[in-house]
Amino acid sequence: MQRKAVALVSGGLDSMLAVRVIQEQGIHVEGINFFTGFCVEGHTHAIRKRDRKKPKRNNALWVAEQLGIKLHIIDIVEEYKEVVFNPKYGYGAHLNPCLDCKIFMVRKAKEWMESHGFDFIITGEVVGQRPKSQRKDTLPVVQRDSGIGDLLLRPLCAKNLPPTLPEREGWVDREKLYDFSGRTRKPQMALARRFGIEDYAQPAGGCCFLTDEQYSVKLADLWRARGAKQYEMDDIMLLKVGRHIRPAPHFKLIVSREEGEGRFLQGYRGRYPSLKTVSHAGPLALIDGEVNDEELALAARIVARYSQGKSASEVELEFRDTQGDTRLLKVAPLPPHELNPEWML
Amino acid sequence: MSRYTLDCRRLLCPMPVIRVQDRVAELQPGDELEAICTDPGALNDIPAWCRINGHRVLEAGERDGEYVVRLRVGGET
Ligand code: SF4
Repeated sequence: MQRKAVALVSGGLDSMLAVRVIQEQGIHVEGINFFTGFCVEGHTHAIRKRDRKKPKRNNALWVAEQLGIKLHIIDIVEEYKEVVFNPKYGYGAHLNPCLDCKIFMVRKAKEWMESHGFDFIITGEVVGQRPKSQRKDTLPVVQRDSGIGDLLLRPLCAKNLPPTLPEREGWVDREKLYDFSGRTRKPQMALARRFGIEDYAQPAGGCCFLTDEQYSVKLADLWRARGAKQYEMDDIMLLKVGRHIRPAPHFKLIVSREEGEGRFLQGYRGRYPSLKTVSHAGPLALIDGEVNDEELALAARIVARYSQGKSASEVELEFRDTQGDTRLLKVAPLPPHELNPEWML
Repeated sequence: MSRYTLDCRRLLCPMPVIRVQDRVAELQPGDELEAICTDPGALNDIPAWCRINGHRVLEAGERDGEYVVRLRVGGET
């Protein structure tokens, strides 16, 4: 009877190798990929014009195609919020709840495995590879808290770990698994060469925006401003776009940096009031929060500062509310020394 | 065989792929599904998803400033 394994496929090299190793042993493998909303995918490419030249592909899909496996992409945006808000094991260097995230994903993969008649789960994890989620003492935590127990096999470092059920039952030959450990990437690269894998994504640090310092600062600021940990899909998308400037605790500006971002932000004008320079070429800015006339004037002066009229004595802007009603404002662009660096997120 | 359309406008990748995947799971082999998207990434991602999951891409291109992928559901889903 051919055994079936479901692989957590991130799009990086490690999960790719893990799949190959298990495929070589005659196991049928299919991939599963989770969309949390924070994944580093094509979003910014789709938004920013200057990024469009880079090849744009969904790495998980691309990897699955190279491996000849099916890939199931699962939307976990809603359920994942709880992981981000209250990670039992805390955050990593930024707002990345890596250990809780791993536990959650393995638990979801287990549900999928059971409802699709698969036998076990594989991941590309390596002992000691990541500071928090892939330590010798935390790997068993993933198994325990996710409920998967010894149906989770990590082919790249299995020989450093106790034998799992698939090994003990002889579904896979433990001797043909690996003993990688630590932060070095050399063994992975050598194995990639052996498999003839030349092209692969090199994730720096992590697989999602929560490992990004700038991004985490903006997310923490959003929670502070709202008075609670919460977000919607639109919020976390907008954190990837534009300059975020908070002149006061109760409102911030999202100012486009180039044409592509301007076009993207336009789609949000029904949700947020906006400012756009009209006398000079310039950015589009959304206003997140309630502003009075004085604050609106300050916002307009800041936006004018990023327009081609930044040295002009006066810049005209159009203010548009969420109903589409507009009015014109004339302001003096804010001089650079009045732009408080602490406002910049 | 039936024809269906799916509105994926304003969704950013990989959401259009997820929507297509979930819709295809409800269709019969031979059915046609046309996804209308605004993220150009869908032109890569949806066909890639079709190739690995055994569905046929009948058309993938730009139409009136939007991106359209038309596919035929394959034998096994
Ligand atoms: S980097 Fe992000 S997606 Fe990856 S394990 Fe950490 S929290 Fe999860």
